[in-house]
Parts: sequence; structure tokens; C-alpha cells
Amino acid sequence: MAARTTVPFGPQHPVLPEPIQLKITYEDEKVVEVVPAIGYGHRGIEKACELNEYTKNIYLCERICGICSYIHSVSVVEVTEKLWPVELPPRVKYLRTIWAEMSRTHSHLLWLGLLADAFGFESMFLQFWRIRERVLDLLEMTTGQRVIQSVNVVGGVRRDISPEQKKTCIETLNTVRKESEALIKVLTKDYTVKSRTIGKGVLTKEQALQLGCAGPTLRGSGVREDARLTKYDAYGELNYEPVVEEAGDSYARALVRARELFQAIDLQLEALAKLPEGEIAVRVRGNPPANEDVMRTEAPRGELFYYAKGNGTRNLERLKVRTPTFANIPSLLVMLPGCELADVPVIVLSIDPCISCTER
Amino acid sequence: MGLIEKSRIKSPWILHFDNSSCNGCDIEILACLTPLYDVERFGMVNMGNPKHADVLLITGPVNRRTARVLKNLYAQVPDPKIVIAVGTCASSGGVFHNCYNVLGGVDKVIPVDVYIPGCAARPEAIIDGVVLALQKLASLRGDKK
Ligand code: SF4
Repeated sequence: MAARTTVPFGPQHPVLPEPIQLKITYEDEKVVEVVPAIGYGHRGIEKACELNEYTKNIYLCERICGICSYIHSVSVVEVTEKLWPVELPPRVKYLRTIWAEMSRTHSHLLWLGLLADAFGFESMFLQFWRIRERVLDLLEMTTGQRVIQSVNVVGGVRRDISPEQKKTCIETLNTVRKESEALIKVLTKDYTVKSRTIGKGVLTKEQALQLGCAGPTLRGSGVREDARLTKYDAYGELNYEPVVEEAGDSYARALVRARELFQAIDLQLEALAKLPEGEIAVRVRGNPPANEDVMRTEAPRGELFYYAKGNGTRNLERLKVRTPTFANIPSLLVMLPGCELADVPVIVLSIDPCISCTER
Repeated sequence: MGLIEKSRIKSPWILHFDNSSCNGCDIEILACLTPLYDVERFGMVNMGNPKHADVLLITGPVNRRTARVLKNLYAQVPDPKIVIAVGTCASSGGVFHNCYNVLGGVDKVIPVDVYIPGCAARPEAIIDGVVLALQKLASLRGDKK
């Protein structure tokens, strides 16, 4: 029998910007066992949300994750609004949809860049990030901040998109689409990329469902499932259909994200075109009533789930968050065994892990 | 100034470590490396190995579990070294100040030379902070002689 070696991967590792540890056991070059050790990023945000007033939770929950921060703020705001419930003006719903899709665009560009970097395609990494800066500029122009937007409040949003900004958004989004198309061609046609991803880290449809995966990891295995199908915000009025790929390997997951990138741009353009006039916030009176509710939203990494329970005071009694990466980490235990040492970073990356979300 | 000192200041190698941040500052650090901000023109290179690094860029508040990792990394970086706390939460705990698992800013565990405020810290601010740190690194060299 070949000798077994256990190699710790993380918590500080060049391909992982975040602290997670995987204890990987190899037999020669083949992975035989993976044990994830999490807990490095735990801060205790859920408990702190009970100590803070409900209006302050928005700022804390946005900082659960800096990449999908906008979706976190939408979720916490909307789950709190559901406690009254608050009826939102249509313009607010559209604005939230536009920003949510904008943050999906930047998140997927970021991921595509990291993927290119994991193969050693450094210039492609830089090119993706160059395009991403355009999206961040749009976010900064419309919300006031590049990364953590802080634009939602209970009952509405704090900023509006003016007609001039709308024009700039449409122009920039078209440029982003043109530039990404050129790069994605490399990703889908290049021999090296294909040989590093096709057939690597396969997750079958049954396994994906059994492990309760979410988001692009699930859709890459041929399951048509997306929280946007619940028609929250303006998704019910937009032309939306989830992107599904059948193969279940790293390549399929990359294709799902690449196609979702263009879909997100289309959704933004459509929402901008349909943007209704009206108020951008309604006044919400009193404390959250004694009531409980849940909210499902689709973050760039998969389905995000929030549960809130009010008790009539300024503080929520309980706020529970379930994040997509938490659902996707078990899939690594199926994907990694049997693969080669050199494929580990790419496969780990293919679920787009977000550790700060998972551990909160 | 010898060749090694000169290259250390003209081309500092950076080690980035994420304690338990929200990623906001981490992606801004990565954004610094990309064409729009391009810190490589100052000779800064992001390294994965603490034993090669001169500058430690730390994001996120220290929690009970990463405190040990952070001390370990700090010990592995050779002298003279500079520690930069990027972002409000790395400087003081920031928005996470009342989370039960958070000890506070990075300075609770290791000495910090430069604090970069902002949540998330803008790439311009990060570049500015690193340049300030280099001035300090240059003066540290002077002290030893
Ligand atoms: S300072 Fe703010 S943006 Fe930066 S890591 Fe901390 S919470 Fe996130």
C-alpha cells in the first residue's frame, strides 16, 4: 500500500483569501480523505443581532460577508419588514433588484478572476478584475460605497437612481458585457482550462440533492432550483429563468456562473428599463411586533435563508442566518476524494466558498 | 544602506492574513493588485509565505480561534517587520465589538504599526497606509545601525 500523508490546507493559504482548514490525506498524489475544520471566522453575529436594536442589525448583517453584502442587507431588511408586514413601493423593489444583480455581477467577475488565477492565468485574472472595477464604480455612483453599500433601511432604500445615472449604468453595463464576452471565450475554448476542469470534482444530481447543495453548485449538477423563483422583489415581473448545466463538474459550475453573469446584466437592463416612478421609502412606525417570519433570497453563491422573531421591543428575539456555503461545504467531501493533489485548489474554488458567511 | 535594506524598502513583500473579517477589506486588498490601482508599480508583491514577507497586512477582528494563528504567523515573519491593520474592524473591532467571540482589534494580540480606517478601507487608503509603513520600515533600519 502506498504511504499516506496528511497535509493541512489552510488556515492561511495562498489560494484561499479566507481562513478555513482542510486536512487532506493523500495516497501518493491521490486524495483519499478530506476533513474540513471550520470555526476560524466565527464572530458571533447572530447573538450580537439580538443585543442590537433592529435598525442596527442591517449594518452588522451586511458585514457577514463583504462580497454578497448587498444580498445580506436585502434579506435582513425584508425579513424584518415581513414582521409588520410593511407594503413596499414598487420602485423600492426594482431598485433592490437592480443592486442585487449588480452585486451578483461583481461577485461572479471576482470568482471568474480567481478561477483564472488558480490555473495560473494571471493576466486573465487581472482582466476580469479590471472589468469588475467598472461594476464597482456603478455601485459607488448609485449607492455611495464600493463594497459595503449600506443603502437599505427598513421600509425602503436611502438613495435613488437618477435619470443621468440610469444612462451611465446602461452604457457601462453594455461595455461590461462586451468585454466579458471576449474573456469568457478564452475560458470556454481554451484547452488548458478544459483539461483542468472537465470531469474534475464531479457531483451528480442525486448527490447534490442529498447533500442539500445550493446555488451554482446545485444548478451545475442539473437541478433547476433558485430562490429567485419565489418571485421576491421584482423578479416576478422580470423575464427570469434559472441557468442550469447538466455535467456536474468544475467546468459546468464555471459555465453556470459565466452564463449567470450575462443573465444578471440582462436583468439589470430590463429592470432599469421598467423602473417605475414613486416613493423610495415608506415610514415604518413602532417596534417589530411579536411575530416570526422567514425570507429566502438568492445570493451569488446560492440560497440565503433568514429567520427573524420579534417580541414587540426594539430588539429582535432571534435572528437566524443560513448561508449557501454552509450547504456547499459537504459537497467537497464527495468531490475531492480521488482527485489529484494539483486539482484541489480548483475544485475547492469551484464551489465559490465564502467562509465568513458560513461561520458568521 | 546595504542592498538588502534597499530592496526591502523599494520592493516590500506582503503577506495578507484574514482573521475573521467580512471579506470587504480583503477584496479591496486584491483590488489594489489589479490594473486600476496596481501596487506592483511600487514594487509590492503579495506573497503566500510568511517567511518571505516584510509587511503583514491584517484584516478583520481577532477572535478566540485566530489569535493563536496570528501570533504564530507574526513569529514566522523575519525582522524587521511591519504590521498593518486594514479596516476599522482590524483596528478596533469596529462593528463586531459586541460579538462574543471577538477579542477586538489586531493590537490586542500583536503590535500594530499602521492603522488604516474605513469599512471597507478604500484601495487608495490601503496604498497610502503601506507607503506610510515603508517610511517606518526605513527608519527602523536606521535605528539598528
Ligand atoms: S473593516 Fe468593515 S469591510 Fe473591512 S473587514 Fe471589517 S467589517 Fe469588513
